[in-house]
This record gives sequence, structure tokens and C-alpha cells, in this order.
Amino acid sequence: MKLYIPPQLTRLALAFAIFISLFLVLRHFLVPDTFGQYGHYRGASLIDNAQPEIHYAGQQACFECHQDIQDLKAQDVHSEIHCETCHGPGQKHVLSGESSDILKPTGREFCGLCHAMNAAKQKNAVFQVDLKKHNIGKNCIECHNPHQPWEMKK
Amino acid sequence: MSQSTSAMGNEKIKSSRRKFLKSAATLAGATIGYSWLKSSQVLLFAAEPKDESLPWYGIVIDIEKCIGCGSCAKACKKENDVPIEPFFFRTWIEQYTVKNDGSVNIVSPNGGIDGFEQTVPDEDIFKSFFVPKMCNHCSKSPCIQVCPVGATYDSPEGVVLIDEKYCIGCRYCVQACPYGCRFIHPVKKVANKCTLCYHRLKKNLTPACMEVCPTGARMYGNLRDKNSELVKFLKEHTTQVLRPNLNTGAKLYYNALSSEVR
Repeated sequence: MKLYIPPQLTRLALAFAIFISLFLVLRHFLVPDTFGQYGHYRGASLIDNAQPEIHYAGQQACFECHQDIQDLKAQDVHSEIHCETCHGPGQKHVLSGESSDILKPTGREFCGLCHAMNAAKQKNAVFQVDLKKHNIGKNCIECHNPHQPWEMKK
Repeated sequence: MSQSTSAMGNEKIKSSRRKFLKSAATLAGATIGYSWLKSSQVLLFAAEPKDESLPWYGIVIDIEKCIGCGSCAKACKKENDVPIEPFFFRTWIEQYTVKNDGSVNIVSPNGGIDGFEQTVPDEDIFKSFFVPKMCNHCSKSPCIQVCPVGATYDSPEGVVLIDEKYCIGCRYCVQACPYGCRFIHPVKKVANKCTLCYHRLKKNLTPACMEVCPTGARMYGNLRDKNSELVKFLKEHTTQVLRPNLNTGAKLYYNALSSEVR
């Protein structure tokens, strides 16, 4: 005996088939190529995120030219501080070699960012100076060499 | 006469419709077949293979070493071209001051970039300390779970990243992050956050904030390598993550974290 399939069911099945294929076709064009390569995201996005240019060159890049400063710095308490902490982003300077492309900060406020007295700083973490009392009116670098802070200038 | 022409017209329409349906079906079938052949994962992206050969990054911030100089926040803005408006930060510093009466004073002027001043007089201070904040790079992160389009994800190295081309700027993730580490970039109009300087890590450079930290209060390393500096530090110190009750799987560990920190 032949199974009777009502025409409305056949049409329904056909409609479903059309919609599902339409969905799969659209999906093929809309989902990016690398989506799902590593997980639920566009795999190529990892490459995008690795693309941006660096601005901070890293201490090793500085020492390739400034060996003298490296030696000077190594002898005193600022030895662990990387160059770009004070001098700012150096990649532009590394590429151009122009001294105008690097910062040379001076002034009590700048040194005070680290050395100003504050109860929130641990006593042993950093040498703290009361900027309201310590040699008022003088610039820090008049006495201290920032690369070698305890070799006092006369 | 008129009847025969209309019949011919019907015939024409029928044949061209049949032709169209035929070619459409062929095209659809070919596309489906091709996408099926290209990869067998047409429908499901549930599996997330973790590559054991890659590092699995974690971060340590030592509160005892932080002096609140703001170098990290400043460097982060410069390295990642973060907008200079004072309320957009990928990393920032908060100064906590617990007073003798038990109240807590939390300040973060311009994220700490211009330094801090202690406004509470010394005799009223019970204790005071700095807490640098940044993305916790959670392994079960809420921000990834709420993203409706798969534009934010955990990279194979355990770094939570954003796909800027795919993000629709719906702000769900900004609201979902319990640490307040995300914002909408005012120019790009998409979500933005700390990437652990992914572009620097890939060039074997340290993240900008860690490069410039004068006291070495910030550290990153490979949690898979049991001999790494980071894992050694975690072994030897009492560390804690922020909001452990939320089970976010945060990978940013704080040394000497006080209970007042939120």
C-alpha cells in the first residue's frame, strides 16, 4: 500500500528545505573565513591585534647606542629603572636618532612623582623627600644626576 | 488569436521560471557543498583547542612595591593610543586610605598619571596604599560570555582580546566586566581594553606598563612553566585575585591585597 503524504506536508517540507539552504548559503558568505579557527572568534583577529606599531622600544634598544649611560646607571640606585620610564616612548628616537624625539624631563614635580612624600608609599619602596622643605626653589638636577642620584654635583 | 498568444506567454514564463529555479538550486547546492568540503565545522564552534606549547599568561601586581608614580598609566596611554580624556584607561592607579575611624577614602585623579597627593592628614591615617588596576585576563571571563557576536575572546595565550573589525559596539561587555576595565573607544566606537600589549608580546617585548614601572611592582609570566619567575613569586607570596567570589578565573594576582580593595 502506498503511503499517502498530504500535499500540504510536501509543500511544508519543501519550504523548510528552501529556507534551510537559503540560511546555509547566506551563512557561507556572511561568516568570515577564519571564524572558528581557534574558537568562537575570527582567527585573523589575533594577527590584527599583533599588528600595531610599538612606541616603547625597550631598554635593550637604548643600550645599543648609550653604553655609557648603562655603565653610569649600573653604579647607583636607579640601575633597575628602565630608560623610558623618564625619557618617554623611544621607538621614534631609535629610528630617527634625533634628540628632539626623546623627552628630557626636569623639575621638582617630575621627580616628585616617585619621590614626593606620601603615606601610601611603603617606607622601603622608594626614598621619599618632603618637597615643601627640601631645598625650596632649586631644581633636583642642580645637585643630583638622575642617572647617578647619589653622586652629588658640587 | 489572443488566446494562443497568451498561452505562448504562459509557456515562456513557465520555462524561464523553471530555468531560474534550476540555476538557483544548483548555485545553493554548490555553495553548501563547497563550504562543507572546506571545513567540517560549518555549524559548531564549541571546541576551543588550547595549544600547550604556547605560554599561558598570568600577571602579578605587588601592592607593597607600588609608589603611585603613574608611569604605567601614562605609558599605557602612549603605547596603545588610548584617548587622553581623563576617563578612558586601560590601566590606572587607585589610592586607598583607611582612616582611623574605619572609613575608606579612594581617589584616582586622572588615573594617577599626574601623581597623588595625600589629602588625609597623617594622624588620621590607619593605613594607606596604592592599587594599580588593569584587565584581569580572566579565563572564565564575563565579558566574553556576554558578547553577542564573538568579537571578544580568550586568545590561545590566555589574553582576552577584542576583534575591532567584528565588534558592534553594543556595550554589553562594558557592563559585564566586574572590574570596570572596558570602555567604548570614542573614535573607533568599539570596545577597548588592556591587551597585555599583545603586539609587544609577539615581538618579545614586555608590556609597556611593566617596561616603565620603576619599582618592578608589575610582573607577567607563563603560568604553565612551573619554573617561571611568576610562578615562583606566586609560590612564595600570599596572593589574591580581585572579587574571587565571582569565579571569573582572574589571572591577575595581587600581593598584599587588603580586604578594603574593591
